[in-house]
Amino acid sequence: MIREFAGADIIYLIEAARWTLLLALTATVGGGLLGIVVAVLRVIPFRPLSWLAIAWINLIQGTPLLGQLFVFFFGLPLVGLSVDAWTAAALSLSIYASAFFGEIWRGSLQSVSQRQWEAGAALGLTYAQRLGHVVLPQAIRISIAPTVGFLVQLVKNTSLTALIGFVELTRASQIISGATFAPLPVYLTAAVIYFVICFSLSQLAHMLERRLHVAR
Amino acid sequence: MSYNFKFDILLRYVPEIVQGVLLTLQFSVITMLCGLAIGLIVAMASISPLMPLRAFARIYVEALRNTPLLVQLFIVFFGLPSIGIRLGANTAALIALSINMGAYGAEILRAGFESVRQSQIEAGRSLGLTAGQTFRHVVLFQAVKTIYPALASQFVLIMLTTSVVSSIGATELFHQAAFIDSRTYRSFETYTLITISYLVLTLGFRAFFAGVYWVVFVRRPRR
Repeated sequence: MIREFAGADIIYLIEAARWTLLLALTATVGGGLLGIVVAVLRVIPFRPLSWLAIAWINLIQGTPLLGQLFVFFFGLPLVGLSVDAWTAAALSLSIYASAFFGEIWRGSLQSVSQRQWEAGAALGLTYAQRLGHVVLPQAIRISIAPTVGFLVQLVKNTSLTALIGFVELTRASQIISGATFAPLPVYLTAAVIYFVICFSLSQLAHMLERRLHVAR
Repeated sequence: MSYNFKFDILLRYVPEIVQGVLLTLQFSVITMLCGLAIGLIVAMASISPLMPLRAFARIYVEALRNTPLLVQLFIVFFGLPSIGIRLGANTAALIALSINMGAYGAEILRAGFESVRQSQIEAGRSLGLTAGQTFRHVVLFQAVKTIYPALASQFVLIMLTTSVVSSIGATELFHQAAFIDSRTYRSFETYTLITISYLVLTLGFRAFFAGVYWVVFVRRPRR
């Protein structure tokens, strides 16, 4: 039974976008925590650990996210974990995000001038105090805009999880498209929903960049 | 757990993988060239004195950069036939990839043009060069040097992104994974091997581009 593409379908797509957002949010939190580890390993003055972090970043940034998704989707069951698409999607997107967050935050940390460290030391602050009171506040300021900018990539990339069968906005569009045989309006609607989410984030990133840049 | 990893049976499919690599490179190069051509037009529009052209450029870039490639691909491949435009998977993939790359290319090229200082253009014009000559001889080389790293990393990014077009059945490296998987039922091994193949390509091309940069811009600076 083929039916028309109607208002109810648009509601269904908007509701499916919740899963897109939830997945992006999960990857932001998971990837953020792991990203802190990556960034720290990258900056601490102990070479083997930096190499490990660099290898990690190259491995993630040098392979397609789609490949990572499939490897996790087929690989997790082999180590006895449940196979559902959500787990594979959340895990691989978190790992994907960790490499990018790690690099963004490392860059932010290193863009704080070396003299700030020296000034802190000259004032008799300990390493932890210099990091906590001098360097981190500045680094976090610098990192906010690019971090939000990366979230746009993350939201867009959640669409790939449709290909391992996770029902988010793109997969929901495929389903509706199959039911209504109206692919053009369905995918255009999906595009509009993605646009609203991503454009808001891009504008936010631009605004933050302008605002936080002036103070430097 | 007693899963026997069998990577050795994949050895039989090395020719398919090599073929996939070549197809992926073909997709990447065509996408890069078409995308840059589109990007050049959009970048020129974005710095044009005409408001409608600037508005068009802005809408183009924002619309394509804020929606997922996968959805753009579905619009081209599944959506366009309903208005009478029927495309093969590979053609649809190339069109979607190029249009998508056009938006990123436009931003890279615009940044390149804007990086060349106004005084350089004025110097060119005051030497009696026409606007076209100034662009060709003064702006272009400096702009290319500035944007080269961005272009190089964009190429690698395209190479990784082309994997997405396997979802509509376009034939490239990731598509070969589905083929090998269907023959061997060794999903994990197959996708791991294909993913690692991309890593090899990425590292290889990064080294290649770094080498080219060194030869063209570092070792022999133009006069």
